[in-house]
Amino acid sequence: MARQMTQADVTSPAKTTYLDHAATTPVLDEVVAAMADAMRRTGNASSLHTSGRRARRDVEEARERIAAAVGARPSEVVLTTGGTESDNLAVKGLYWARRAADRRRRRVLVSSIEHHAVLDAATWLSEHEDAEVELLGVDEVGRVTPASLRAALARDPASAALVSVMWANNEVGTVNPIRELAAVAHEFGVPLHTDAVQAVGVLPVDFTASGADALTLTGHKLGGPYGAGVLLLGRDIALTPLLHGGGQERDVRSGTLDTPSVVALAKAVEVAVADMPRRAAVLSGLRDDLVGKVLASVPDATLNGDPGTGVIDGGPSRLPGNAHLSFPGCEGDSLLMLLDAQGIECSTGSACTAGVAQPSHVLLAMGADEATARGSLRFSFGHTSTPADVDAVAAVIGQVVDRARRAGQHVPAGGR
Amino acid sequence: MRVLAAMSGGVDSAVAAGRAVDAGHDVVGVHLALSETPDALRSGSRGCCSREDAADARRAADVLDIPFYVWDFAARFTEDVVDDFVAAYAEGRTPNPCLRCNEKIKFSALLDRALALGFDAVCTGHYARNVSGVLRRAVDADKDQSYVLAVLTRHQLAHAMFPIGDTTKPRVRAEAAERGLRVADKPDSHDICFIPSGDTRAFLGARLGTRPGAVVDAETGAELARHDGVHGFTVGQRKGLGIDAPAGDGRPRYVLGIEPVSGTVRVGPAAALDVRTVEAERPVWAAGAAPGERFDCVAQVRAHGGLAAATAVVTDAGVVVELDEPLRAVAPGQAVALYRPDADGDVVLGSATITATR
Repeated sequence: MARQMTQADVTSPAKTTYLDHAATTPVLDEVVAAMADAMRRTGNASSLHTSGRRARRDVEEARERIAAAVGARPSEVVLTTGGTESDNLAVKGLYWARRAADRRRRRVLVSSIEHHAVLDAATWLSEHEDAEVELLGVDEVGRVTPASLRAALARDPASAALVSVMWANNEVGTVNPIRELAAVAHEFGVPLHTDAVQAVGVLPVDFTASGADALTLTGHKLGGPYGAGVLLLGRDIALTPLLHGGGQERDVRSGTLDTPSVVALAKAVEVAVADMPRRAAVLSGLRDDLVGKVLASVPDATLNGDPGTGVIDGGPSRLPGNAHLSFPGCEGDSLLMLLDAQGIECSTGSACTAGVAQPSHVLLAMGADEATARGSLRFSFGHTSTPADVDAVAAVIGQVVDRARRAGQHVPAGGR
Repeated sequence: MRVLAAMSGGVDSAVAAGRAVDAGHDVVGVHLALSETPDALRSGSRGCCSREDAADARRAADVLDIPFYVWDFAARFTEDVVDDFVAAYAEGRTPNPCLRCNEKIKFSALLDRALALGFDAVCTGHYARNVSGVLRRAVDADKDQSYVLAVLTRHQLAHAMFPIGDTTKPRVRAEAAERGLRVADKPDSHDICFIPSGDTRAFLGARLGTRPGAVVDAETGAELARHDGVHGFTVGQRKGLGIDAPAGDGRPRYVLGIEPVSGTVRVGPAAALDVRTVEAERPVWAAGAAPGERFDCVAQVRAHGGLAAATAVVTDAGVVVELDEPLRAVAPGQAVALYRPDADGDVVLGSATITATR
């Protein structure tokens, strides 16, 4: 039921409706317990005595559980501090290793809808390491087509260093056909990395079956701890390390292992993957309900990305919990503030360090104009979401959009 | 009331926001990102739009326990303030970008958006007093900023809050420390925020390029030097004229006037800088209308100093201000703010942009 906005509506949230699970999702209770338990034990996993062996055992058991959950071998699990490190390690490490083996391999092919952890790593290589970055375009729902990858590779196969295409886009939720893309890359003998931080736990992710040579996952998107992640790396894939030191993790990633985080990460991955079919169904139900109710209140709003009705690699063609909507005539900043004041927490896209909402590079790559890109919101559901969250948004979205639209007449850039 | 507190990251706006909270208002802090290249971390006391300033504003909002957002007004700021600043210099005028920012950004683009979003007022850390739309000089005469706020209309003043105008700067700093705000001893910003180097001539040169012209003696017309562009000069300027030979009388020479089309900069003795009559256009009257067709007042012709008792005459073109005592170095492009003297603090009557002087 719509209600009148009151004085408190600008500044005083009563309770919180958390719809930003794609940014980070609550840590599972059993994960907190596992991590706290592990933190009470002392031991460097590289030490040779009893305590060290105990820590090593914890780490290796965790590694095996992670590997089993995502269709990888334990030796393919490289433990990192999360998505950004894994992406940087993959993009830079693959580039350096491929370049060292053949100086002609300068081309870094990344999709235009990648997270900045991939995009900026690639850009850095072009600015400092003689790489040539080629952005793979996407279609209007934000998907990389195998044909476009094949065309890009076929132009000059000998110069291709690596391909990086995310499994599912963090902003608009569109899923990419990773198996097909990996097969295309392999036709040309080029390794493929995929950032799957949004996918694990809500889509069927099987590393071996996917054909990918490297895959990024992170704990805090699936109920695990912050600052813990993995780069799955095929056993035969050469990769130059970013961090040098004690030679942990196949010499690919030195640094004392964070045993409590690794234990907690394994717990979270195990739970999330085991719960995936049920959770995906619940989340897509909530998502569809939200989209329907928002469109009923705001008829000219539009859903961005894939509608989610297709099947890709055995899973849905859109992230189950992702609803990314554009509201014509509104500034995302205004919408976010008005919803925040109602206790509804969502996102305008990917936040930048200064806290300034930039027009989404993902929407721009999909062909949206700058005003549309600035007037968009992402609602993302997760394991704690309920129908009450949908109702909370439905109750206020119409009036919030009306008000943001009035403020949108005072747009700071574009659209004037 | 619902109050939007504009928080620059400095001590003044942080304390102002705190006072708005104490007064019982519902306050939301907003930092305006104004620079299109915010990458540089601020060094020293300069600038008001760096990442460090945004972080300082955010921490102040945390301490005050108010919501906080960063809004991107960079494109609007560039167009309305920076481009205007550059264009004015190119035309031989001397703009005041802080005044323009108040007029076009803080109390226009930001205020309009705030009102549309359901706020009642915008609160800033300016040193001026605004009681029921009557704008007065700040209690701290050294810090008074009423000159750069005199351009506000009655509507804008009705929705503007300046909570620290009744307090001296040292007291504001002490209060910040009492409130636990880490910006309590942050240095003041003095320079133009979008020219962090402080080198205005280099900033303008990079945008306007070289537009050579002559520096001439205002009396004889003799060419004394060449220059790279009129944007390097301001009426009243003494240094950097590029003249090798001293004046015949041995006295320093000053810029008396700038002719942008020919690129001519006229220089002469200090006495020739004296101005008795100021013509100004686009007047804004704080009460909505001029106090009369002809009225006595105190005129201020630049941000610091430049005060004289005067008689203002409203004309079709704007306002003509006859000064009782001459003022020196009155530059077209600056504002002339008009005040009614008052024991409780001079009251702003209005402001207009100087077009010509005699």
